[in-house]
Amino acid sequence: MKLIHKDIDKGGEGSVTLIPEEPEDMWHAYNLISEGDSVKSSTIRKVQTESSTGSSTSTRVRTTLTITVENIDFDTQACMLRLKGRNIEENQYVKMGAYHTLDLELNRKFSLWKHEWDSVSLERIELACDPSKSADVAAVVMQEGLAHVCLITSSMTLIRAKIDVNIPRKRKGFVQQHEKGLIKFYDQVMQAILRHVDFEIVKCILIASPGFVRDQFFEYMFQMAVKTDNKVLLENKSKFMLVHSSSGFKHSLKEVLQDPSVMSKISDTKAAGEVKALESFYTTLQCEPAKAFYGKKHVERANEAQAIETLLISDKLFRCDDVKLRKDYVNLVDSVRESGGDAKIFSSMHISGEQLEQLTGVAAILRFPMPELEDSEDEEN
Amino acid sequence: MARHRDIRNMDYEDEYDAYDDVYGHSVDDDYYISPSNKQFIYNRESSRDSRFEHTEDDIQEVDEIEELSDTDKAKLNSCIDQIKDILGSTLVPRNELVNLIMKYKFNIDLVVNAILEDSRYSKHNGNATEKAGPFVVPTVIEPSTTTSSVWAVASATTSTNIVKGFDVPEKEAETQPKTVDFIQKDRLGGTPRSQSPAGRGQSPASARGQSPASGRGTPLFLSSDGDDVRVSRKDGKIDPEARFKKERGDEKDHLYMVVIGHVDAGKSTLMGRLLCDLGQVNKKTMHKYEQESKKLGKQSFMYAWVLDETGEERNRGITMDVGRYQFETKTKEVTLLDAPGHKDFIPNMISGAGQADVGVLVVDATRGEFETGFDLGGQTREHALLVRSLGVTQLAVVINKLDTVSWSKDRFEEIVQKLKTFLKQAGFKENDVTFVPCSGLTGQNLVKPPTENELLEWYKGPCLLEVIDKFRAPARPITKPFKFSVNDVFKGTGTGFCVAGRVETGVLNTGDKVLVCPNKDLAAVKSLAIEEVSKVVVFAGDQATVTLSGIEMQNVSVGNILCDPGNPVQVSSRFEARIVIFNIAVPITKGYSVVLHHQSLVEPAVISKLTSQLNKSNGEVQKKHPRFLSKNSSAIVEISVSKPIALEVYSECKELGRVMLRVGGATIAAGLVTKVL
Repeated sequence: MKLIHKDIDKGGEGSVTLIPEEPEDMWHAYNLISEGDSVKSSTIRKVQTESSTGSSTSTRVRTTLTITVENIDFDTQACMLRLKGRNIEENQYVKMGAYHTLDLELNRKFSLWKHEWDSVSLERIELACDPSKSADVAAVVMQEGLAHVCLITSSMTLIRAKIDVNIPRKRKGFVQQHEKGLIKFYDQVMQAILRHVDFEIVKCILIASPGFVRDQFFEYMFQMAVKTDNKVLLENKSKFMLVHSSSGFKHSLKEVLQDPSVMSKISDTKAAGEVKALESFYTTLQCEPAKAFYGKKHVERANEAQAIETLLISDKLFRCDDVKLRKDYVNLVDSVRESGGDAKIFSSMHISGEQLEQLTGVAAILRFPMPELEDSEDEEN
Repeated sequence: MARHRDIRNMDYEDEYDAYDDVYGHSVDDDYYISPSNKQFIYNRESSRDSRFEHTEDDIQEVDEIEELSDTDKAKLNSCIDQIKDILGSTLVPRNELVNLIMKYKFNIDLVVNAILEDSRYSKHNGNATEKAGPFVVPTVIEPSTTTSSVWAVASATTSTNIVKGFDVPEKEAETQPKTVDFIQKDRLGGTPRSQSPAGRGQSPASARGQSPASGRGTPLFLSSDGDDVRVSRKDGKIDPEARFKKERGDEKDHLYMVVIGHVDAGKSTLMGRLLCDLGQVNKKTMHKYEQESKKLGKQSFMYAWVLDETGEERNRGITMDVGRYQFETKTKEVTLLDAPGHKDFIPNMISGAGQADVGVLVVDATRGEFETGFDLGGQTREHALLVRSLGVTQLAVVINKLDTVSWSKDRFEEIVQKLKTFLKQAGFKENDVTFVPCSGLTGQNLVKPPTENELLEWYKGPCLLEVIDKFRAPARPITKPFKFSVNDVFKGTGTGFCVAGRVETGVLNTGDKVLVCPNKDLAAVKSLAIEEVSKVVVFAGDQATVTLSGIEMQNVSVGNILCDPGNPVQVSSRFEARIVIFNIAVPITKGYSVVLHHQSLVEPAVISKLTSQLNKSNGEVQKKHPRFLSKNSSAIVEISVSKPIALEVYSECKELGRVMLRVGGATIAAGLVTKVL
């Protein structure tokens, strides 16, 4: 993302102009824009004109519109952002108050006006515009008969393909069927990798599985690459990395990202950092349960006591429609930072973010134990 | 009802075929019938005839019917069907029945009473029993035999009405049990309708709704509606245990035994050697293995090759998937399931152990090896806990490789002491655990008493084979509704495809309809086999291969449950379970994602709610809505699975009510389903 212009006054009101450059920027935009903001962007509008004789023709024109956002849609797979709202600026084709849906496009600037820019949004802009933080990794988590091909960017994990095949078990005299099934499965995974992984962007491709599946697959893939003379694969052989995971399900990506050898390679990605933070939350919960809490009420009360050392919060909470609720969370983040704590905003598109979301979306590791919080939970429920 | 109107001009064969794919029997239904197993087979011919009997009756009768109006005819037919339902297969000649119905103006109750009171008809069966002559008398009632015997009686007494296509072989008639008499009394006397759930208390009007035509429309309930199926189902239900006794009574008890233990404890080698010594593997094959393993420089693996068959397994020298083999002891027929010990293959081990009745835990006695397997995060503990949670209660613990410590008694005792305390904690009863010192590679104390002097000095107990022989065979829940868990789907040699798995409860016959859950697809059982030997019926506890038809192969997957369409298994993506948490490093919170193992099914799941923490010893609620669950505790939680799965509440069906939760390659909890939400 490129920041072109920023004009925010003391009260926090103002506008910024941004150019999204890659699909991931759409995700950032999705997190920035909330209902009630106004967005100005170039768009295509179908315009009907009536001639003096009464016949009407419709033409598509490119024009720049400003709308107040009423509805936001984000397509995770295609990384498309659609904003629906009413036109608020005079325009030669579109009446004031007419509805229009903006499709934000890559490499086309848009301006976003907010009544109040809060710290979380400003941080998001900073994050989005920091080029050093992006590192693209592709990962294949697999087990016999099941594989997920995913792309991990700094703030998103996208499942590109899921391969689920039934492989007959080995049985007396039927070993071939098992082996045939395996080969077919490996072939499908390989095709998925070739289709979904752009070797020019991706720095490293992780292949993770329990047992020997990854080794077998890796061997098979390069045998096939030699056979079919697949240059792309052969040239990028060094980008592949084999790691252990306990299963082929999506959530074992977490284990993959925790692997020290992987960490060293992708340590700058947000994903790995998030996994680490969540892990330390769980460890604290096990060792010192009075120092780790989750749920809005508990965390807020811990914050009142300025006890929070690390705050884990899912970005989904900032996307909520309720302005007041969003404010609450922003205040929480601000006050944690004020008191010297660390606030980590998890991307809900990552595996760790998904898990945090299940865990009410907000959790905290405290500086000192607060056993009194623990006791108060019965009344709460 | 339209069918009844033009019933006389109908081409019944055609009509029947039309229904075939909706609901009817497998096409091959009758081709396998041989005189010896005919009694176990539901005879389609008989039921077809009972439904459309009048077409094959005397002309005289047809004339009688012809005088009736269409509606009356239909009424009459449904009355006859009703009466047959009530009385089983009727003994009354059809023309008399028609007369009776006419006389009582279609009032079924009156007709039935008249038949029951009429001494002529009850006398028939008395005669029939006498006529049938001396019987070989099994003490039990053989369900399908009774039906055919009733038919035999019917055909004997109403000679003009002998139904086409039903010929009772002389031999079979002679082998009919004496119980014919008893059965008939039961049907005609005391509570004549107890056998027909649909019949009782129904007015003729509503009874018409019960006619076969309406029954056919709803295949899901075919077991209780369509009369033909009802007959066969009823038969299955009368006394499946007796049937089991008859089928299997003369065979040895069947036992499924899973072999577990830490990786490289010598499970496959031990069992391979056992099989060799029992003569299950021929010399030539063994020689081949010896040569080939020598070539790879892994001669010590030669016995393991008996069970490890894939190239991958042999090259790497570890078991990856469950290997199977069969052997016999003095009193038992044992199917051996050789589970992989490696941590990464525990999912495979779980699906193997889920089918087992008893377990053999192999531990390595070598210094240092036992300790790594037992203390330092080895699989000995996890495996033992797993099999216990999967319902294995009897365990033989093989202290293997004792030759490496020169048959030291102290070492043996040391290991036994450690394991004893642990196994007790795990929930094994002391009497159910036997410890055996062995050496798999040298074959000491496997099938014969030991010859090694050092061992003889202190060991007087049984050898491994004797211990296996002493396992008690588990009870088989045959009387419960049929359920079968699928653990493999593959293409068979012939048409259709096969699913392999375990019959958890109930009985399955060839030709039965089964419901494949959680998709709820209906399929027909084409054939059945146990260990490549084809069968006509399989019982709870068997591991069978079922050839299915009427369903696509991709619609059946590992972990599906086949069940009785009339008694389907529950399907849900959310359930409540009581779990026991093992020794875990990270506590369980709400939203914790786990891998759920249920029979052979492996699915990602999320613990969506922590309902209450329980006291581990007495199960009382300690804390409601706990924040988290730490190690070695017990709790009630709600689990959500990403897509619906088929399961049962533990109290209803033990086999399908157990779940395992695993995270990151370690088993974190075992649970029992308490509620399906």
